Amino acid sequence: MASLVGSRVERKEDKRFLTGKGRYTADINLVNQTYAIFVRSPHARASIKKLNIDKALKSSGVVSILTGKEIADEKIGGLIAGWAIRSEDGTEMKCPGNPPLAKDNVNFVGDPVAVVIAESLAEAKEAAEKVEVDYKVLKAVTSTADAMNGDTIHEGIDKNLCFDWLLGDRQKVKDAFDKADKVISIDIINNRLIPNAMEPRACVADYNAASEEITLYTTSQNPHLSRLIMSAFGNVAPEHKLRVVAPDVGGGFGSKINVYNEDIVCSWAAKKINRAIKWVAERSESFLTDIHGRDHVTHAELAVTKDGKFLGFKNETIANLGAYARVFGTVTPTYLFGPCATGVYEIPAAYTNVKAVYTNTAPVDAYRGAGRPEATYTIERLVEKASMELGIDKTELRIKNFPTAFPFKQTLVHTVDSGDYVAGMEKAKQMADYKGFEARRKESEGKGKLRGIGVTSYFEACGIAPSAAVMSLGCGVGLWESAEVRFNPTGQVTVYTGSHSHGQSHQTTFAQIAADELGVPIENIDVVHGDTDKGTFGMGTYGSRSLAVGGIAIVNACKKIVEKGKRVTAKMLEANPEDVEFKDGEFIVSKSNKKKTIGEVAFACYLPGVRDEMKSPLPEGDEPGLKETSFYDPSNFSFPAGTHIAEVEIDPETGHVKLEKYTACDDFGRIINPMVVEGQVHGGLAQGIGQALYENAEYDETGQLMTGSYMDYTMPRADNFPEFNIGYTCTHATTNPLGVKGCGEAGAIAAPPTVMNAVIDALGGQEVTMPATAEKVWKACKNLKKSNVKAA
Amino acid sequence: MKDFNYHSAKDSKEASKLASSSSAFLAGGMTTIPSMKLGLATYKDLIDIKNIKKLSGIKVSGKSVTIGAATKHVEVSNSKDVKKAIPSLSSLAEGIGDPQVRNRGTIGGSIANNDPSADYPSACIALNATIHTNERKIEAAKFFKGMFETALKKGELIEAIEFQIPEKSSYQKHPNPASRYAIVGVYVAKHKGDVNVAVTGAKSCVYNDKEMSKALSGNFSSSSIDGMDLDSSEMNTDMHASAEFRASLVVTQAKKAVDAC
Ligand SMILES: Cc1cc2nc3c(=O)[nH]c(=O)nc-3n(C[C@H](O)[C@H](O)[C@H](O)COP(=O)(O)OP(=O)(O)OC[C@H]3O[C@@H](n4cnc5c(N)ncnc54)[C@H](O)[C@@H]3O)c2cc1C
Repeated sequence: MASLVGSRVERKEDKRFLTGKGRYTADINLVNQTYAIFVRSPHARASIKKLNIDKALKSSGVVSILTGKEIADEKIGGLIAGWAIRSEDGTEMKCPGNPPLAKDNVNFVGDPVAVVIAESLAEAKEAAEKVEVDYKVLKAVTSTADAMNGDTIHEGIDKNLCFDWLLGDRQKVKDAFDKADKVISIDIINNRLIPNAMEPRACVADYNAASEEITLYTTSQNPHLSRLIMSAFGNVAPEHKLRVVAPDVGGGFGSKINVYNEDIVCSWAAKKINRAIKWVAERSESFLTDIHGRDHVTHAELAVTKDGKFLGFKNETIANLGAYARVFGTVTPTYLFGPCATGVYEIPAAYTNVKAVYTNTAPVDAYRGAGRPEATYTIERLVEKASMELGIDKTELRIKNFPTAFPFKQTLVHTVDSGDYVAGMEKAKQMADYKGFEARRKESEGKGKLRGIGVTSYFEACGIAPSAAVMSLGCGVGLWESAEVRFNPTGQVTVYTGSHSHGQSHQTTFAQIAADELGVPIENIDVVHGDTDKGTFGMGTYGSRSLAVGGIAIVNACKKIVEKGKRVTAKMLEANPEDVEFKDGEFIVSKSNKKKTIGEVAFACYLPGVRDEMKSPLPEGDEPGLKETSFYDPSNFSFPAGTHIAEVEIDPETGHVKLEKYTACDDFGRIINPMVVEGQVHGGLAQGIGQALYENAEYDETGQLMTGSYMDYTMPRADNFPEFNIGYTCTHATTNPLGVKGCGEAGAIAAPPTVMNAVIDALGGQEVTMPATAEKVWKACKNLKKSNVKAA
Repeated sequence: MKDFNYHSAKDSKEASKLASSSSAFLAGGMTTIPSMKLGLATYKDLIDIKNIKKLSGIKVSGKSVTIGAATKHVEVSNSKDVKKAIPSLSSLAEGIGDPQVRNRGTIGGSIANNDPSADYPSACIALNATIHTNERKIEAAKFFKGMFETALKKGELIEAIEFQIPEKSSYQKHPNPASRYAIVGVYVAKHKGDVNVAVTGAKSCVYNDKEMSKALSGNFSSSSIDGMDLDSSEMNTDMHASAEFRASLVVTQAKKAVDAC
């Protein structure tokens, strides 16, 4: 049987999605359901003087109105930060309470203060407008850079500082800088983004008074984790009385990791009113209240010798957490950021210092790449600048500082098991026709245009993560993954995974893996996910962990099945278990023609007997049935890497940046399905290029979101992109049996610096901030003209 | 969205009879419906005019192209007749918003709405259009009064827009990357005798740039406006572009348009 792993198997999910048969949360309608509308703060920072619901209660169709007071009275817990970070001085991070409905203070536009539940959506809306809230508006803090100088947002949190964290050794870095021939320094902003999943957040909560069980259908990337948090911290219901289902989910990109206010409020309220409640975000609510991403202000320095060896690296960053610290809010700008900030280079000394600040803006949390795009942007902008200042070719300078031996002990935390950065660079250069660039530049100049080329070499720590390692660093949970592989008596297989698919194609790729492991046709394998009542447990999908952690759990569970199959076959065929081999779905007794198919074995396991004989196929100690579970805890992160090269052409008269060419040469280890990987790379690139050229979440000084709709928030569109030129170098990971590394975030990590390096190259080294909008670029072009005139 | 009454008018007469101070005509609904959903506008009555036969269709004569008010953008962009008579007009229509918007939005709705960054108003100015309503004919130059303001009286219905076929013309837009409305759009049309340079997006209302018109009427070449330093004091500033940038774009887009003629 040909191996399915590595081939372009068509997606099992496509038929359903392309024919409109997907079942998303908003598609779920329960008998007798009610509708919720949240009353939200129109102010970025205010105290609530009075909240009056009398008029609203009298509005037609109202079932119930609940406020922060009831939430507090019933001790329903708030939203939490999942990772405890310690400051450089040893103190613990400072997190404010974040009640699901605000009672005394609101801290960003969109912070909910009440929920109105009515018989129809229109009635709920009508009544919500009648809820009277008397706010005392306070001065908002909105700027990342100035947050520490603003008014104190949360009582007791001085300077709005959650933590002031250090990774690395300042003294060593100082010594390295003292020896440097040259110090390259840079000030950069990693612009704030709004994830914009195609499906807005939604939830439907139901209560069964007979079983006393709450069922929550929600748009989540990790239903088990949501249940755990809602139960342990939210006090909504004990875990065995709370079922969380995340059906088809239309994109997450990190924004659906968090448990949100609406999940907790609707679950709690459904029990109170003993009816189902449905809530679906409007797009404007998504803009205001989904977690946002990035938002760093960084000063970084690189110490170099004159021939281009890197000696030391400094990274001083202010990271905006928004109004509250959420699940991955505190780890994103620390352990997901700092260790990767030294990039793919041997740098003997380095440190990253992060001051995480609160502001009166939407919470900032993990967004595709989470910390690693910010890290890569920092080091790769710096390296590009170094190449300009040292006059060393940008690819040569990088190669000069690549590690050549693996495992590679990276400066701050990680030991990278495998990779070949030089090979990746060489292949990328060839794919991009790097040599031919000067000719293309001349051609553009002939048309009055400016052309630039930009390079990025990146690595990322993903496949998160070894439990003991992350828990030692403050993570509140272990980051293993579970899988259960279940044979039916008649030979089909159901794979239960704790990962969640919201665009990742697990139904296909995980089935490919199981098909290869078990020798069962892929049509006979179903992958089930997204329901706490099905499958054991799961930590969910983020950080490119589904395959590298969840996929391995499936492999391990399959291996256990095969082990049992060997024992059963041996018993049935009266052979030694050691003499039974498994290949392509058959258990074969070596040096004989005796064999059993895996289907026969499964059948025997479920029907362990024969007529007229007292005989079991099951060896002593083996129970009936064929079902195995694995909890896989990885021994290390996985480390995808690669080199991307972009070329842009700029019209100096309008400042328009046209992305002409984009080459991505990635090392994702072993590839399960090239078609799916291409999709992931394309999507990641779209978001990364979006960050570089188009997207920006902007608040004004009063904390109003200026980019609260698609009229002002620029989502990239297909016509903004050239054909992507994609290639791979595949060095297999040595730390997991599949040799896989993960591919979900690479595009979003590598593209921003790649594109910006090209833009800045075209602009003769002038810095522009992301997104490189027409006006910024136009201004830089004017400067360029002036300085050229001066030079001439 | 607040409840409203829906009416479908069979002819112009019925449509204008139904109109009141709390009604709107419903053409493509691309502006009206979103503003109602966002609570920016509320109407008691929506009067659907899409079923009025007379309002749809394109007629080309030797001198002019006449487009019914309820004609969709996609119909204008696909029309062979328009492409032949005034190619720049069909490419303008092709550049409006996105396919969904073009499949519903109408020329009459666009002009009646007079969004300061809409595309069609510039075509009306550049192509010396006449706006035919159920009551009268209005010259384009007198139709666009200010931001979202036109010469239309309450209940007055645009029936058709008649464009004068120029010798040469081109529309060049620098789109807002998010909405794809014009940050600046410049429609240059060379008629016998004079040149119009209609600018949209730059100020609170579409206008004919006299300075550039004059220069180009003298010498129809982009060199005659190159480097022109326009007064930016009345130009719009928003998060997408400053007045200074807009002023520069007006000249750049005008030059492009002349070169493309
Ligand atoms: C996402 C998006 C992007 C867009 N991008 C662009 C763009 O790039 N360029 C651009 O120019 N436009 C753009 N538009 C606007 C679009 O082109 C429509 O033309 C415009 O919204 C109005 O046309 P409508 O037919 O939808 O009018 P409606 O929304 O139905 O009506 C708008 C107004 O016009 C009045 N009205 C309609 N027809 C008549 C009539 N015959 N007589 C008198 N009054 C009338 C109505 O009473 C109402 O007040 C965009 C719209 C959207 C939603």
